[in-house]
Amino acid sequence: MRPASAPPPVVRLDGVTKVYRRDTIRIPVLERLDLELAAGEFLALMGPSGSGKSTILNLISGIDTPTDGRVIVAGIDLATLSPSELARFRSRHVGFIFQSYNLIPVLTAYQNVELPLLLTDLGRRGRREHVLAALDIVGLADRMDHFPRQLSGGQEQRVAIARAIVSDPTLLVADEPTGDLDAESAKDVLNLLRRLHVEFGKAIVMVTHDPHAAERADRTLHLEKGILVEQTVRPGGSR
Amino acid sequence: MRFLPFILRNALRSKRRTVLTILSIVVSLFLFCTLRTVITSLDASLRMTDTTRLVVRRSTSLTFFMPLSYKDRLAQIPGVEAVSWSDWFGGVYIDERHFFPQFAVDPKGYIPMYPEYDIEPPGAPDTFQRERTACIVGEKLAKRYGFRVGQQITLKGQIFPGTWDFTVRGIAHSHSPDLDTNFMLINWDYLNQRTGNLGVVGVYVVKISDPSRAGEIAKTIDATFANSPAETKTETEKAFQLGFITMLGNIQTVIVAIGTVIVIAIILVSMNTMMMAARERTREIAILKALGFTNRAVLGLVLAESLLISLAGGVLGTGLARTVFSLTDFNAGGFFSSFIVTWGTVARAIAIAAFLGLVSGVVPAWNAARLKVVDALRHAG
Repeated sequence: MRPASAPPPVVRLDGVTKVYRRDTIRIPVLERLDLELAAGEFLALMGPSGSGKSTILNLISGIDTPTDGRVIVAGIDLATLSPSELARFRSRHVGFIFQSYNLIPVLTAYQNVELPLLLTDLGRRGRREHVLAALDIVGLADRMDHFPRQLSGGQEQRVAIARAIVSDPTLLVADEPTGDLDAESAKDVLNLLRRLHVEFGKAIVMVTHDPHAAERADRTLHLEKGILVEQTVRPGGSR
Repeated sequence: MRFLPFILRNALRSKRRTVLTILSIVVSLFLFCTLRTVITSLDASLRMTDTTRLVVRRSTSLTFFMPLSYKDRLAQIPGVEAVSWSDWFGGVYIDERHFFPQFAVDPKGYIPMYPEYDIEPPGAPDTFQRERTACIVGEKLAKRYGFRVGQQITLKGQIFPGTWDFTVRGIAHSHSPDLDTNFMLINWDYLNQRTGNLGVVGVYVVKISDPSRAGEIAKTIDATFANSPAETKTETEKAFQLGFITMLGNIQTVIVAIGTVIVIAIILVSMNTMMMAARERTREIAILKALGFTNRAVLGLVLAESLLISLAGGVLGTGLARTVFSLTDFNAGGFFSSFIVTWGTVARAIAIAAFLGLVSGVVPAWNAARLKVVDALRHAG
């Protein structure tokens, strides 16, 4: 039970079940999962492939729907939203960081970061200010005119992080953000995520296979076959 | 507008493919403009015909002559105001490639019959009457060969053998670009004199006072010469022109059919390109949706890209057609009085380009809008 004075969680999953179907075969991925993410919390999700980690990310970011149960993010029950409202919810509340960066290759770093802002009412000048601030945070303001192919993997991922934070979302979801990076770049990216959490108070949910990456989070949940099997609490995370 | 740079970048992602697609649209809309201009030019030439003029010719064929004596009998028919005549001269200037129509015309009555032309310099029609070897050239013809007043033109006669020298005494300017000025008028008296005063006429032009009586007068004329060695066929100037056009068959149907086939072929090419482009970008479309782009926004982006490519092709194709035919003064070797790609044709071609863009973009756009982000990220990555 949460104390009455505590702020509401950013994310709440209530008895969430997710079952995929391949023809007549039923593939359960999550079984009656309950989960809460407090405001400003950094949560790592670990577990073997197929354990349901990415499915949780998909559900809380509104790009997938549960078979049963409720998903509430930023106080909004996602089941009540239409597809258009879900899209607007994502643009306002969720910043995505993918394993393979997923930058648009024909756009410069600046234009990639600007993309989410095209959905806002901000004018060109306002957008520029936000983009430069985001690129500055990730330390790539000097590379804003570079195309993804002109950047290293670590730099691409930092641009992707800038894109995720540029509209100041409520929540960052990172799906194995260091999975494609060398050790040094992975460290930079994890430092950056930690900084976003500590300095900017961002709530982060990160899926990872890497125990060292998970150590940066305040809390790590271990999943197996769609069920939470273990929780490691690490207030303050490792630096 | 804020999405325009993104749309442009996407459109130019595969430059070669986009350029080739645009080129195929350019070529097809250039062809469309050309085919449609054939129709509009023929229509324009028909519109320029005068309802107060009838054309009388031999009923058997235009290539047979009528006697000059018909002119007095024609003038006596009620409703006829004036009569003039002309012969197809058919001479060769330099060689056969330099074709232009030459008419030997009644030097006195023919020019007043066509008030839609101005002859310069002033007094040129009088000189034309007086001087047997005088000729009048149309403005376009003068421009084509640089003919000036006082210049000598030599033709090699084919129907009327021999070498024929003429002196340009006037330039005919038309009141409308749709009126033909690619012709040469020579003095019929000179032709008649040199051919031994045969007194033969190819075509009579009859001015009538009341266009509503054209049919009745035409019948009277033909009845007048019925059962004579040279029976006539009289029709309005428009019907006479139309006769030339129908000699080409049902050109309008053929042109519309070809135009339709071209448009359908290009829609298929363009649709294939757009579908390929969208399919290659499945993952990126999923990313956009994950970032918060709605289905409608994604649909709009893909459609806008398709529209942009088609309109670029449309504008270039129609612009090219308008410019090329205008700069070269094209008239298919004198077949058309003018060959101008009208703004109506331009508007139609641009509308076709827009239609083409929408139709070829709608399937990939619809697929993109319906794309499930989770599936796309899982399968495309």
